[in-house]
Amino acid sequence: MSAQADVGYHARQHGRWHPGEIVFWALALACAFLFPSRFLIMTDIVRLALFALSLDLILGYAGIVSLGHAAFFGVGAYSAGLLALHGLITEPVLALIAAGLVAMVLGFLTSFLVIRGADLTRLMVTLGISLLLEALAERFSNITGGTDGLQGIEMAPILGRFAFDMFGKVGFFYSLAVLFLLFLLARRIVHSPFGLSLRAIRNNPLRAAAIGVPVNRRLIAVYTLAAFYAGVAGALFTQTTALASLDVFSFERSADLMLVLVIGGTGYLYGGLVGAVVFRMLQEFFSNLTPQYWQFWIGLVLVVIVLIGRQRLHRWVLWAPNLVIALFAGRKAVVVIPEGDVP
Amino acid sequence: MISLLTNLFDGVAYGMLLFVLACGLAVTLGLMNFVNLAHGAFAMAGGYVCAVLVNQSGWPFFAGLPLAFVSSALIGVVLERLLYRHLYSRSHLDQVLFSVGLAFMSVAAVDYIMGSSRIFIKLPAALEGQMDFFGVGIGRYRLMIIVICGLLTVALQLVLARTRFGSRLRAAVDDPRAAIGLGINVPQVFAFTFAFGCGLAGLGGALSAEILGLDPYFPLKFMIYFLIVVTVGGSSSITGPFLASLLLGIADVAGKYYVPKLGPFVIYTLMIVILIWRPNGLFGRTAAR
Repeated sequence: MSAQADVGYHARQHGRWHPGEIVFWALALACAFLFPSRFLIMTDIVRLALFALSLDLILGYAGIVSLGHAAFFGVGAYSAGLLALHGLITEPVLALIAAGLVAMVLGFLTSFLVIRGADLTRLMVTLGISLLLEALAERFSNITGGTDGLQGIEMAPILGRFAFDMFGKVGFFYSLAVLFLLFLLARRIVHSPFGLSLRAIRNNPLRAAAIGVPVNRRLIAVYTLAAFYAGVAGALFTQTTALASLDVFSFERSADLMLVLVIGGTGYLYGGLVGAVVFRMLQEFFSNLTPQYWQFWIGLVLVVIVLIGRQRLHRWVLWAPNLVIALFAGRKAVVVIPEGDVP
Repeated sequence: MISLLTNLFDGVAYGMLLFVLACGLAVTLGLMNFVNLAHGAFAMAGGYVCAVLVNQSGWPFFAGLPLAFVSSALIGVVLERLLYRHLYSRSHLDQVLFSVGLAFMSVAAVDYIMGSSRIFIKLPAALEGQMDFFGVGIGRYRLMIIVICGLLTVALQLVLARTRFGSRLRAAVDDPRAAIGLGINVPQVFAFTFAFGCGLAGLGGALSAEILGLDPYFPLKFMIYFLIVVTVGGSSSITGPFLASLLLGIADVAGKYYVPKLGPFVIYTLMIVILIWRPNGLFGRTAAR
């Protein structure tokens, strides 16, 4: 077998659907019927999962550390809000795509700033862009509603048939469908040769360039794509809550997002989804414990995760499930999180 | 013309203050290559220690300032020995996560202990009000800040350039392995420098209660300012961050005075432009590591 065919074989093996993945999505759908009174928080989790998926694309696959991913979330949220408020595009799905595209344009434009410089410059530039947008949104309060946010957003029925209800049932299925579709797309992309080249760039940009990968073009492409995902997540936020306020741009949102991804693990797409569930549950738990000071515990979780080490933590968590899996399905079926050398 | 000079004076005072607050970060971030987003937490700690001593225990203001320095430095050295030193060799992502976590914890903890409202430190009467200098109004408190921070800057520059410790630090930063080989206790040098930087931040925090405002959200609110100082200033010397803080201080005060509507917009744009133009900062190089 030639080297090229060998690589192709392994890439295809990795690209196959694992039985665990089917179980995961079946469980996600089952949640709708298991907890019919919890649609609002479940919608929140789905939204956060989509947002985290977006960060995973650039952090887990391309190794770009961003402290300002909320910028695209916020642009998506405001775009969707403004589109609905002024009746430009009333149909939610089209508005969702339009908002995603607006964020995508911003992502494309700012990607040129981000690919310059090393980690530290990237951190600063991404953080600066999101702060800049927050300042802009505050400045142009006649458009954005300033600190009060956009008010009186009315959403038209999805595809003209399914109206949003007050229990959030339609919103949940809508969000889950969007998440699933975008997940399929992301899954296809990261298992394509394009996705493999991204991983090569993450592990060693210099060597990737030496074997002929156009490093900067690939980074721009994936950054733009991630901006689209984040924009869609933001638009979902506005559409399902009928609200868009300045805090969509906040630094805390970007920092929380990092935590979500770190809890779940980067570089295998499910990290964001699992992390979103765990993060929201932790947040619920802590805010029940101490309503005003849950941030302290979130901070503590971050510190502890880093000190223990992310990889070690994931090994511990997967230890018991893997014992069971190994018992029933054999040693080959165990779940391993392929944590790469994230910079 | 007169208002221009007064603004310039305020801007210089503001910039000097930023320098004292951020120069510890210039060392950890620029020289030791550690992304410490929790630097503002040390400043806040110093500010609150000073506030409690002066307002509640009735200490004189000028006795509170050194205590602010000492307490922040102590917290710094304890945290450095317990936590930070394990993370020097870790990825930037880990460092960011860790320090953001610390910043979140400090915000919530101070909120819990001291309440969420802004606090003021009682100033001695000699520092209040303005005096007239050839028709230019000069705030006494700001003048004191300029004097203290100016002296500190000169002292820092002398320590770094002239003393044995300064040359050890520079050696440890340039090439830690060779420095260890020459018998320099690199971890100790780093720990001491880290603690000293935290102490300066604490002092800055105590001084800034009057000008920047001190509340539990201080670490997050001013994080970006500290980072701007360091990234724009570069880290090859102490002059880079110093000039960057002066620039930032003057630009911020002028921006707020002349174009109040644009708010912080000017500064963020300026920062992004500078970083695009010179990714290693305006003045010099980043650490070679």
